[in-house]
This record gives sequence, structure tokens and C-alpha cells, in this order.
Amino acid sequence: MAQQDVMSSFWRGMRDGMPFLLVIFPFAGLFGVVATEAGLNVLETLAFSVVVIAGAAQFTALQLMSEEAPTLVVLASALAVNLRMVMYSASITPHLGALPLWKRAVTAYFLVDQTYASSILDYERHPDQSLAQKWAYFMGVMVPICPSWYLFTLVGALAAEAVPSEMGLDFALPIAFIALIVPALRTGAHRAAALVAVVVALGLAWLPFNLGLPLAGLAGMMAGAEVERRRGTA
Amino acid sequence: MIDRTELWIVIAALGLGSFGLRFLFLGLVGDRPLPNWLLRHLRYTAVSIIPALLAPLVMWPAATGGTPDPLRLTAAGAALVAGLLTRNVIAAMAAGAAVMLAGAYWPV
Repeated sequence: MAQQDVMSSFWRGMRDGMPFLLVIFPFAGLFGVVATEAGLNVLETLAFSVVVIAGAAQFTALQLMSEEAPTLVVLASALAVNLRMVMYSASITPHLGALPLWKRAVTAYFLVDQTYASSILDYERHPDQSLAQKWAYFMGVMVPICPSWYLFTLVGALAAEAVPSEMGLDFALPIAFIALIVPALRTGAHRAAALVAVVVALGLAWLPFNLGLPLAGLAGMMAGAEVERRRGTA
Repeated sequence: MIDRTELWIVIAALGLGSFGLRFLFLGLVGDRPLPNWLLRHLRYTAVSIIPALLAPLVMWPAATGGTPDPLRLTAAGAALVAGLLTRNVIAAMAAGAAVMLAGAYWPV
């Protein structure tokens, strides 16, 4: 009986994870293409996706390396993009924190936007699940998403060797990032953060070592947090 | 050309760092709430850093030697407007890509 409940949570997770493939395919593929255009070979490109497994941070690091930014700026900026993961980790711990260490480590590795968002929603909708069921759901969401991230990075890298590069491909990354971020500007606070970050980034673009980027990011975060504090809502 | 040593340093350090951020509470801190002021800032990291990275790429694209380019500005504008109207990632990507492709095959 218990085993059956665990499996049903797992299948529900897989079903909920499927629609995300529509986003995973183009972004993983694009990372493969952009990384190859930047001069990475297939192995390096795939290793990037398997080791880091965080799309926005991978694109950020790649772009800054192409601009020959110092390694410290590359790492600081890409990790800043991933700071939201701390929030995910904190918010999922009440549900999965009692797992054995190795399972918590596996969970941490696969804790990406989609697995986090689906799981938190499911735990709220089905609050009486056991620990085993909750973990089964999380792993169920992961199964369609994470292996596809690797696979379509690989497909993109292999395809890029066939695509002629005079087709304005340099601009695929900005377009993809705009497409990703604009629907995420849900509230006035999000929009204020993005707007302040853009203005400061353009204003400080003359700074050496791409230092304008972390400063603009910080200014945007402070603007978003301040708008949220004044309105008193998330 | 990206330096090979730097590339592998970045892959390894970014992998470790990202895992560390994800493992921080699950593995180390445990079930303790974050202070509100910190959560408030963390919520806006991605929507700040990514636009800050984008803005100079759109204004001064490397492909045109850093000169503002009407085609690329239009493509960025199309993706922005489509994203605002539809709230849909794929629609926004398609709108921007359509402008870039039109520009490539229909030289002004």
C-alpha cells in the first residue's frame, strides 16, 4: 500500500514535469549552440551543463568569458544569478530536511527552478504526503527535466557545427534572455529591480573588468526589495 | 578565444558554488527561517543580474563593433513586447528570432 502511494507521487511528479520540456528544449539547445560558437568543444559544452545544471548562470558565465572578464567577475556574476537557489533550499528544507544525507545531496544537485516550483506547489496541495512520497514526487519532476537538459545541450552543440554563423546568431543569447526574464517580471517590485539594474548597467558600462554588472545587480536587488517593503507584499 | 584553464576553473567553481547554494539549507543550516530582509533581496537577484547583463549587449553589440544596431534593437524590442503581451517564453523568443531572421534574409 505504502509503496503504491510512493509510486503514485512519483508518476504525478513526472506528469507535472513534462510541460517544462517546452522550455528546456530550446534553452538547452541554445546553450549548446552558443557555447560551440564561443569555441567550446562538445565535451566541454556537455560538462558545463552536467556540472553546473543552471541555465541562466551558464549563459552568464559563457558571455562574460567571451568578453574576457576576469575569472572572479565571471564567477561572482554567475553565482549571483544562482543566489535564488538559497531561497529554494531554505523553503524546501521543512519538507525534505529529514532525508538521509545522500538523498539531500541528490536533491540539492537537482534543485532547479522547475523541480522546486512544482514540488512546493504539490506539497501545499497534498500536505499529508509522507517523506518518501514527497521525495518521490521531487524525483518524478526531475526525470523528464534534468536528463533532457544534458541531452539537448549535446544536440545543440552537435547542430552548431552544421549551422552557418552569419545568421545573427550572436544575438540569440540576448533574445533568449529577454524571453526568459520578461514573463518573470510579475510585480512592480520585479519591474523596478529590472529597470534600475538596466539603467545602472548602462551608466556604469565604462567601468573596467565588467564591474558595472555586479554593481547594477546589487542596485536592482535593493530597488526590488525596497519597493516590496513599501508595499508590504511579495 | 576562451582560455582552456580558465574555462575548466569556471566550470568546476561554478558547479561547486551552485551546489553549495542549493545544499546550504538542505544539508548544513537545516530547518531555520531566513531573515525577511534577506529573502526580500534574494527574490530579486535573477531579475536584476540578467537585465544588467543584457542591457549593454543590446545597446552596444560586439557583432557591430559596439555601434548601436537598428536590427538588433528592433529584435530586442519585439521579444520584450511579445513577452509583456503574452507572458510566454516561447512566443517572446519567436518574435525576436523572427526579426533577426527577417534582417538576415532581407538586407535593407
